[in-house]
Amino acid sequence: MFAYYLELALRSLKRSPGLTALMVLSIGFGVAASMTTYAVFRGVSGDPIPWKSSKLFVPQLQIFAPGRKGSDAEPQDALDYADAMALQRDHRATLQSAMYMISPSVIPRGAGRHPINVTGHAVYGEFFPMLDVPFAYGSGWGADADSQRAAVAVISGKLNRKVFGGGNSVGKTLNIEGRDYRVVGVLGDWNPQPRFYDVVNTGGFNSGSEDLFLPFQTAIAAGMGNNGNTNCDAVPKESGFVGLQQSTCIWIAYLAELDGVAAVQRYKQYLDHYARDQQTAGRFAWAPNNRLRDLPAWLDDQHVVPSDTKVSLLVALGLLIVCLVNTVGLLLAKFLRRSGEIGVRRALGAPRSSIYAQFLTEAGMIGAAGGVLGLLLTGVGVASVGLVMPKSIAALARLDVSLLLVTLLVAVLATLLAGLYPTFRASRVQPAWQLKSN
Amino acid sequence: MAIHPIIRALRRHKAGVLLIVLQIALTLAIVCNAIFIVAQRIARVERPTGAQEAGLIRISQTWLDAPEGDGTATVEALDALQRTDLATLRQLPDVLDVAASDSMPLQGAIWSADLRLKPDQRHASTQAALYYGDEHMLPTLGLRLIAGRNFTASEIDHHTIRSTQAAPVVIVTKAVADSMFPSGDALGKTIYLDVRPSTIVGIVERLQTPTVAPWGNRWAYNSILLPVRLDGSSASYALRVRPGRARAVMRAARAALFALNPVREMPDTWGIQTMQQIRSKAYRGDRGTAILLGTVCVILLCVTAAGIVGLTSFWVDQRRRQIGIRRALGARRIDILHYFQIENLLIAGAGVVLGVLLAAVISFWLMTHYAMPRMPLSYLLAGVLVMLGLGQLAVFVPARRASNVPPVVATRSV
Repeated sequence: MFAYYLELALRSLKRSPGLTALMVLSIGFGVAASMTTYAVFRGVSGDPIPWKSSKLFVPQLQIFAPGRKGSDAEPQDALDYADAMALQRDHRATLQSAMYMISPSVIPRGAGRHPINVTGHAVYGEFFPMLDVPFAYGSGWGADADSQRAAVAVISGKLNRKVFGGGNSVGKTLNIEGRDYRVVGVLGDWNPQPRFYDVVNTGGFNSGSEDLFLPFQTAIAAGMGNNGNTNCDAVPKESGFVGLQQSTCIWIAYLAELDGVAAVQRYKQYLDHYARDQQTAGRFAWAPNNRLRDLPAWLDDQHVVPSDTKVSLLVALGLLIVCLVNTVGLLLAKFLRRSGEIGVRRALGAPRSSIYAQFLTEAGMIGAAGGVLGLLLTGVGVASVGLVMPKSIAALARLDVSLLLVTLLVAVLATLLAGLYPTFRASRVQPAWQLKSN
Repeated sequence: MAIHPIIRALRRHKAGVLLIVLQIALTLAIVCNAIFIVAQRIARVERPTGAQEAGLIRISQTWLDAPEGDGTATVEALDALQRTDLATLRQLPDVLDVAASDSMPLQGAIWSADLRLKPDQRHASTQAALYYGDEHMLPTLGLRLIAGRNFTASEIDHHTIRSTQAAPVVIVTKAVADSMFPSGDALGKTIYLDVRPSTIVGIVERLQTPTVAPWGNRWAYNSILLPVRLDGSSASYALRVRPGRARAVMRAARAALFALNPVREMPDTWGIQTMQQIRSKAYRGDRGTAILLGTVCVILLCVTAAGIVGLTSFWVDQRRRQIGIRRALGARRIDILHYFQIENLLIAGAGVVLGVLLAAVISFWLMTHYAMPRMPLSYLLAGVLVMLGLGQLAVFVPARRASNVPPVVATRSV
């Protein structure tokens, strides 16, 4: 029976090629525009660490006096050195790490090779297990390396290839700014987008790579300056990097892993307690105003997804709805035009369900055709996103199997949905009236 | 022509009419708002920086073997590196002027300070971007001085960004002058950058800050020029070159600087760029959004027009006999044409009324959720006219086909 309906549908579509083309085009374009913007949106709003993001928290403290620069009701989005170190020392979370952005020069061995300027982060050893960072060789470093300010380094696969020509370089020596560091780990393929552990300094998206991780205190001791943002509400009393460490300027990102509601609650209390202690000690002249957001809430708060992209997605969804309304209208016209045929079929004994089956088959066919066209156009659309959008965003908009399937599915389902009302109307055609009037 | 029979006829096609009304309403609402967003983007991209962008080049580089620290010897060594670079660039052919200029409009990296009238003022009056550079910065960028004077060579200091030293003299933009001293007597006054006092010796007409990020929108033209060559392992220069010679100068500058000191990082991507390249990079997202939304709008209008053509064609087919009867009873072809045109005008009219309401709702929603400005009424008005025009355009082909139905159709039974 289905084959018969398919054949009927094909005949009917052939009979009015103009109307059919209109419907297929409108569905194709509607689906393609929606899917293209969805591809961009999915790229920029994807959870970078979905299996763990609800366990990762960003503590925020009111470090600047309320009502002054950079603070409304919200506390600051980074920490100063003193508070970051206090949180790190108290060690109240399962895993935690303060971090700041570094950009030292790596000096490759061998005569005539130019130094390479690399970017990376100074972190604590717990950074790696906390973020499930994949290693190709070796691993991160332990707590004693942190406390002893050991000269160890974790490097990216890219830097490994550049300096050592690839392979297992664990144990090799890397010259960074004139000092030797022992490589303890080489990262596997790891370039999370958004760069969630330090959104404040990367704006969330970064087309560059992270090539070097050093122990926090080692980098501090080596005087490796902060390469990220520094935000001050007062001029540091001392100049230089040491002055920055003694100032209330904020420049350190912090991430903590907390397992379970109780742990989160305890950590909140700890932060409040800490801020109140600072108030009592006279460092903060204001009541505690802390936040403890989990990663998704933090990314949202930092507006990591550009609002442009969200608005574009809404507009594209609007287009899809208009295309659907349009398809409803056109299908209605198409189906009711065949009232005579329906009348004959009904008079010959076809139940309403057969009419439903026949016309929904036809709608589904149009949807499939629109979907195929939509696939092609989505391909064109995603490819042209690279031409008009910033590289860091365009790189995230990819065409993959799941997107292709979703495109096809959306097209067919949307058209079937659009076909429901026209089919209902078609099934209500009175056979007697049709036969009489002809 | 009487409207009454048209409305009575439409009541027999409730579903179809409703669908077109809905489609026109949605299209109007979406297109109005989308075009408004596009217009905002275009206005943003086209706002002037205040610099003469043609013939302006920025060089930004890092010495990989530069000494580190804030000691006097280190600072002097860093400054010597920078001065050698500047002198070398000055020797190049087609170079009109060269300046130490740490920042550049639209370029991204920004130093900023809170501005105060008194050092103990609790809330800052406003904030501004800091342009560190020497006395060549103002002419090289091509800024228009509207009051006071440029820095003199003897006023130029040099230190690292971490220095707490105050700049005795500064040049501010008119935007800063107006917001700090509304009565227009900014010249010669003292302002505090964070807590450091500086005297205003000059006012330039306009200079955009280096950032185009949303947080900088409120003070996009608040910029202050400081007479300081910033020392550090990185340094940036601005070059004013002869018209049309930018490419040649960029090649020559690259060769000359690497010849001077090969141990430096100055990649193609951000090392040497023309102001046009900086501008195009800064506004890529805005342009992309505008193109994306514009494309969606065009598709939307086409789809709606196609929908009107399709449904009207169907109605024409359905009413062939009635049309034939009317023609047989003496209606002219133009009457039939007008019938469908007026019918479309009625439907589209209902659509735009609904659409205007919907557009206002969406606009309000965007205002509350995405902090967008209010859409001016002119957009709605233009949208209404476009939708009515589109309806007439779309209906013309089927209406003409209707007017071509011969009277003899009335006599046929099928």
